[in-house]
Amino acid sequence: MAKILIVAETLGGELHPTTGKAVACAAQIGGEIDIAVFTEAKGAAADAAAKLDGVSKVLQVSNAENGAIRAATLAPQVVALAEGYTHILAANTTTGKDIMPRVAALLGVPQVTDIMAVHGEREFDRPIYAGNAVNRVKAPGDFTLVGTVRTASFGNVAESGSAAVEDASVSADLPAHTRLVGQETGGGDRPDLQTAAKVVSGGRGVGSAENFSVIFSLADKIGAGCGASRAAVDSGFVPNDMQVGQTGKIIAPDLYVAVGISGAIQHLAGIKDAGTIVAINTDENAPIFEVADLGLVGDLFKVCPELEAAL
Amino acid sequence: MKALVPIKRVVDYNVRIRVKGDGTGVDLNGVKMSVNPFDEIANEAALKLKEAGVISEVVVVTIGTAKAEDQLRSELARGADRGIHVVTDEEIQPLQAARILAELVKRENADVVIAGKQAIDDDNNQTPQMLATLLDWPQATFASDIKIDGGKATVQREIDAGAETLEVDLPAVISADLRLNEPRFIKLPDIMKAKRKPLDKVELSEFDIDVPKLEVVSTSNPPAREPGRMVKSVEELVAALKDKGLV
Ligand SMILES: Cc1cc2nc3c(=O)[nH]c(=O)nc-3n(C[C@H](O)[C@H](O)[C@H](O)COP(=O)(O)OP(=O)(O)OC[C@H]3O[C@@H](n4cnc5c(N)ncnc54)[C@H](O)[C@@H]3O)c2cc1C
Ligand SMILES: Cc1cc2nc3c(=O)[nH]c(=O)nc-3n(C[C@H](O)[C@H](O)[C@H](O)COP(=O)(O)OP(=O)(O)OC[C@H]3O[C@@H](n4cnc5c(N)ncnc54)[C@H](O)[C@@H]3O)c2cc1C
Repeated sequence: MAKILIVAETLGGELHPTTGKAVACAAQIGGEIDIAVFTEAKGAAADAAAKLDGVSKVLQVSNAENGAIRAATLAPQVVALAEGYTHILAANTTTGKDIMPRVAALLGVPQVTDIMAVHGEREFDRPIYAGNAVNRVKAPGDFTLVGTVRTASFGNVAESGSAAVEDASVSADLPAHTRLVGQETGGGDRPDLQTAAKVVSGGRGVGSAENFSVIFSLADKIGAGCGASRAAVDSGFVPNDMQVGQTGKIIAPDLYVAVGISGAIQHLAGIKDAGTIVAINTDENAPIFEVADLGLVGDLFKVCPELEAAL
Repeated sequence: MKALVPIKRVVDYNVRIRVKGDGTGVDLNGVKMSVNPFDEIANEAALKLKEAGVISEVVVVTIGTAKAEDQLRSELARGADRGIHVVTDEEIQPLQAARILAELVKRENADVVIAGKQAIDDDNNQTPQMLATLLDWPQATFASDIKIDGGKATVQREIDAGAETLEVDLPAVISADLRLNEPRFIKLPDIMKAKRKPLDKVELSEFDIDVPKLEVVSTSNPPAREPGRMVKSVEELVAALKDKGLV
C-alpha cells in the first residue's frame, strides 16, 4: 500500500491552499497520507494541515532555519523524513518546483513534474509542450516516487479532518550557502489566483497600469482574483505574480474572463482547465475566441464598465 | 570566472505541435527547431556579466543529436566563447542531464552555471535544481535579476507570491526566468565567425548516467474543449453567465 508524504506549502507561516490540491491527488493514488509542515514557529500551518480530509498525520518540523523557505535547506529535511514513504509529493508551485527536484536528486530518482491525472500508484498523466500534449508516464521498479501536482487538475479537499499533529525533529546538515534577503509579496485582499473560483485577467489591450483599474473593479464586483498576460506584466502594468500561462500560473477557475488578451498558446496553456472562458476583444479574429466559451467583440473600456453595472 | 550555460534544442515556441496518431510522441518531422527561449536568456545573462568584467569565459553546452550543433552555433554567434556538444540520439531525462552537466562542470572547473528555468518541450523544470544538488551547490531558480560580487550572487527570483531576493555563495546554479533580459539579436557576420569558434564533441559513453528512469507509456492530445459561441451584447453575456450559474 502507498504511504505518501506531502510537503506542505506555507507562506508567512500559514498553510497555502495549494497544499489541499496535493492531498486531493494523493487521495486518488490511495494509501496513507501524511503532511510535513516546515515552519519556524509551531501552530497555525500544522493545525490547518490537520484539518484537510484524508490526512492521517501531520509532521511538524519547526526550527529557525524554516523561517525562510529555501530549497537548499528544505530538501535535506524532507529527505530526512523520507524513510518508509513510497511517494513524496508537493504542489507544482514555484516553491514545489524549486524544492522537489532537489529532493529527487538527493534520493537519486527521477521526478514526475506536474501530475494532472492518476492512473495507478506509479502511473500518471503530465502535460508537455505547454499542455498541448499529454504524456502518460510510468515509474517502473519501486524507487521513491517524487512528484509535483498540477493544482489546476485537482479539486479542493474538505476541511473537516482532525489528524494528529506530531513534532518531528530532523537531523540533517543544513548548508549555510543560501540566504533569503527579502520578499515582496503583492497579495492584497483579492482571492488567491491559483485557487480562486473566478478570475478576471487583462492583457496588453488594457494599455497602462492606470487603466488596469477597469480590470480590478470588475474583478472586485464578482469576487474574482486578478490575472494578466505576459505582455501586461512585461509592459509594467501589473506585477509578475499576476502572470497566467506556461511560465506564469496555471489555473482552473470556474470562470475566466480574458480582457484585451489575444490568446497566444503560452497564455492558453495557463487556462486550459478553466470551466467557462469569456473573451472580450476588439479583434474578432483574435485566437482567444477559438477557445472562449463566450466571446464578445468590443472595446474593453466600454464593455467592462457595462458588464460591471449589469452584474 | 567561468560560466557554463546549458542550452537545449527544442521545437520553436511558435510551432503548434501535433501528437502522432499512434500515440508514440509528438511529430517532429520538418518542424522548426530553435534554442529553448529560456536558454537564450541564460546565455544573454552570462554574456552581459562577461561584458561587465565579472565573467571571463562563457562555455555553452548541449546534450542532444548531431543536429543540436545548429543551436550551439547560434549561441556561439550570440557571443559565447566555446561550445561542448555531448552527442547522443538517446532520450536523456533530467537527472541524467544533470549528471552529465555536473561532470562537465568539474572538468571545466566552472564557477557558475546559468541555465534556463525550463525547457519548453518537456516543461520539466528540474535539471538546474538537480545539477545544483549533485554538485552540492546553492541554487537560485527563476531569476529576474543577477548581481555577482565578492564571491556571492544576489538574485531576484520570481515566485508565485511576488518576488524574493536570495544571496548565494559561489559556485552556484542560477536558472533564468523570462524577465531577466531580452536576448540580443544574432548578426549575420557573427554567424560566420561562430563557425570558427572551438566546439568539442564528447561521447555520451564518457558519463555515468545509470539512474532510474521514467517510461513514457503514450502521448495523447489534451482533452478538447467544447466549441464556444459569440454573443452580441453585454446583456446576452450576462444572461449566459447567469444561465451557467456563474454570477
Ligand atoms: C517562452 C515563452 C513563454 C511565455 N509565457 C507566457 C505566459 O506564461 N503567459 C502569457 O500570457 N504569455 C506568455 N508568453 C507571451 C505570449 O507569447 C504573448 O506574447 C502574450 O501572451 C501576449 O499578451 P497579450 O495577449 O496581452 O498581448 P497581445 O498579443 O498584444 O494582445 C492584446 C490584445 O488586446 C486586444 N485589444 C487591444 N485594445 C483593446 C480594447 N480597447 N478592448 C478590447 N481588446 C483590445 C487586441 O485586439 C489584442 O488581441 C510567452 C512567450 C514565450 C516565448
Ligand atoms: C534524442 C532525444 C529523444 C528524446 N525523446 C523524448 C521522449 O520520447 N519523451 C520525452 O518526454 N522526452 C524526450 N526527450 C527529452 C529529454 O527527456 C529531455 O531532454 C530531458 O527530460 C530534460 O527535460 P527538460 O528538457 O524538460 O528539462 P528541464 O529541467 O525543463 O530543463 C531546464 C534547463 O536545463 C538545461 N537542459 C535540459 N536538458 C538539456 C540538454 N539536453 N542539453 C543541455 N541543457 C539542457 C537547459 O538549460 C534547460 O533550460 C528526448 C531528448 C532527446 C535528445
